[in-house]
Amino acid sequence: MLDLTKYQSLGEALRDALDRWPNEVCLIESDRDRECIRLTYSDFKETALPLARALQDAGFRPGDRAAIIMTNQSKWLISAYAVMFCGGVLVPLDYKLTAAEHLQLLAHSQAKVLFTEFHLWRAISQAVGFDGLATETVLVTEAPGSAGLVKAFRWEDFRRKGAPDLAPRKRDDWATIVYSSGTGGRPKGCVLTNENYLEQCAALTSLFPFWPGVRYLSILPTNHAVDFMVGFLGPFVCGATVVHLRTLRPEFVRDAFVRYRITYMSLVPMVLKNLERGLRSKFDEMSSKKRWVLDRLIALNRLLTRGRPRAAISRLLLPQIHRAFGGGLRAMFVGGAFMEASTLQFFYDLGVPVSNGYGLTEAGTVLTLNDCKPFRSDTVGKPLPGVELRILNPDSENIGEVAARSKTIMSHYLSDPELTAKTIVDGWLLTGDLGRFDDTGHLQLFGRKKNMIVTPGGKNIYPEDIETAFDGLPVKEYCVFAANYIWKKNDLGREMLVIVILLEPGQEFTNALREDLSARNRRLPDFKRIGGYCVVAKDFPRTASMKIKRNQLAEELGKVLQRSDVIEL
Amino acid sequence: MPTLDQTLDEVLTLAAAQFKVPRENLSPDDDFFQKLAIDSLQALDLLTRLENHFHVELPDYEMQGVSDFRTLASRIQARL
Repeated sequence: MLDLTKYQSLGEALRDALDRWPNEVCLIESDRDRECIRLTYSDFKETALPLARALQDAGFRPGDRAAIIMTNQSKWLISAYAVMFCGGVLVPLDYKLTAAEHLQLLAHSQAKVLFTEFHLWRAISQAVGFDGLATETVLVTEAPGSAGLVKAFRWEDFRRKGAPDLAPRKRDDWATIVYSSGTGGRPKGCVLTNENYLEQCAALTSLFPFWPGVRYLSILPTNHAVDFMVGFLGPFVCGATVVHLRTLRPEFVRDAFVRYRITYMSLVPMVLKNLERGLRSKFDEMSSKKRWVLDRLIALNRLLTRGRPRAAISRLLLPQIHRAFGGGLRAMFVGGAFMEASTLQFFYDLGVPVSNGYGLTEAGTVLTLNDCKPFRSDTVGKPLPGVELRILNPDSENIGEVAARSKTIMSHYLSDPELTAKTIVDGWLLTGDLGRFDDTGHLQLFGRKKNMIVTPGGKNIYPEDIETAFDGLPVKEYCVFAANYIWKKNDLGREMLVIVILLEPGQEFTNALREDLSARNRRLPDFKRIGGYCVVAKDFPRTASMKIKRNQLAEELGKVLQRSDVIEL
Repeated sequence: MPTLDQTLDEVLTLAAAQFKVPRENLSPDDDFFQKLAIDSLQALDLLTRLENHFHVELPDYEMQGVSDFRTLASRIQARL
């Protein structure tokens, strides 16, 4: 791999990577079972540089911002490289947000350029507020020949001849603005520097190395910090290959494992659980004799891999399972804070290590990662090289807030010095998560100090963002909380949102009210729905300006109610 | 070729059968995630079922942001 300590910027490092492995394949794009694109590093360079030149000719300057709203595909990475080559600041936005949310974040980030796909652009250009969009240059991929593009160019046509100039950038210059949440009024745009990424990339690849021939299957959205690192920067600076699938249907994902002999992939807990269910139901269909043999082989594999993964032995003992995963899989990565230990153990016992880690956008990609030496399904691993963690104000069980210091910690929140000052104190990032270290230096997480949940699909949900769905609920007042914010140190695997309701004097909680609550809840996207409710008798504490004092209310509720008092919806 | 209304009716019938919801509870402008109480993986199952029925291909990436039966049916209709 490239020696990243020598580089000042991502653009500079990627430029050298493209020259270092010209004939290696860097990208494969497959739509279902049809391979549509296969690019070598040299092909990638030839496609990206005319785009970079066209951007420079259009007035895109170092420090200017360019947003990408695209599903996972080769043009995502090509566009990103062109932006970095020009010294621009990349703003990767979640393509699953609504068009209105896209417009909000485009305005907040002050993106001068936008790369997007035709169907997404169609939605954005029809949304309320589109007329106010200040983005100057919009490049749209896959626009049908007959489509008239409103205020936009075809990505494929936006290129100019002539070598573009690599814009020199420094390590502490901004590389990206990544939104960790915040479509509910206060966008949290994490400003990450070139140094953040170069340091993170070096640390991660020291634990899980890439090299030419290694293939990473990219199914997490590339705008997500994890895929951006291990599905782009990591493989590229090592000459490896990224495989994009333009579908997430399980049958084609399974097929891709085999067809491309995948080495690594990242996934969210929901997909991992789905894989587990599929495998378990296949095992249940086996004859009792075959099942008996399989169980003994799994037990033997567990014994032989107690200290560390031993891929060759596992493949020998359980060849059919490993063939189904392509035969070359070394590890899968998953955000582990809320991953059930039993699921991780299930895969490890099959010889398919799932390396769970812990991170947040504010910290680059990950702070800790399980290196599986030995495998510990009950922890999120040890700090990465260069990451210092400490536990603030530990209680009698040594549990306290996790704070992190590292060269991978973001510079600041965009346009929000107040929130930045609360989040980064004396150089330490206050994560808002509760944890402790065990005797072997592994971090265990127990809950959150902050009022939020992360869904099994990997989305951050802030209760304040969904309260408007309950506007007009005929009660005196209500407030939505993350259950673990009220009852701290609970099982992260059972994260849920709870609505706390205060009835009018004399009012009863009727079936009609429950129906009303359920109906409003169903109108929310599935991952934003509340899981239950509880009714309280005392007025909510409020500030002088009549805002609910959420911290105080949560503290009071934790004293008078148990988690078991929550009634499921 | 069926009309859009016919396609929409078939979409509603198939969705109701797949997720065991009374057909009469589903309306064209309903959000299928909410009405069927399904997650994104189950929505992909529904797309596969519809593709097999109508003999069309519905790319996942073009379905981003589609959440009501009527738009879903119109995307299918455009491919018939």
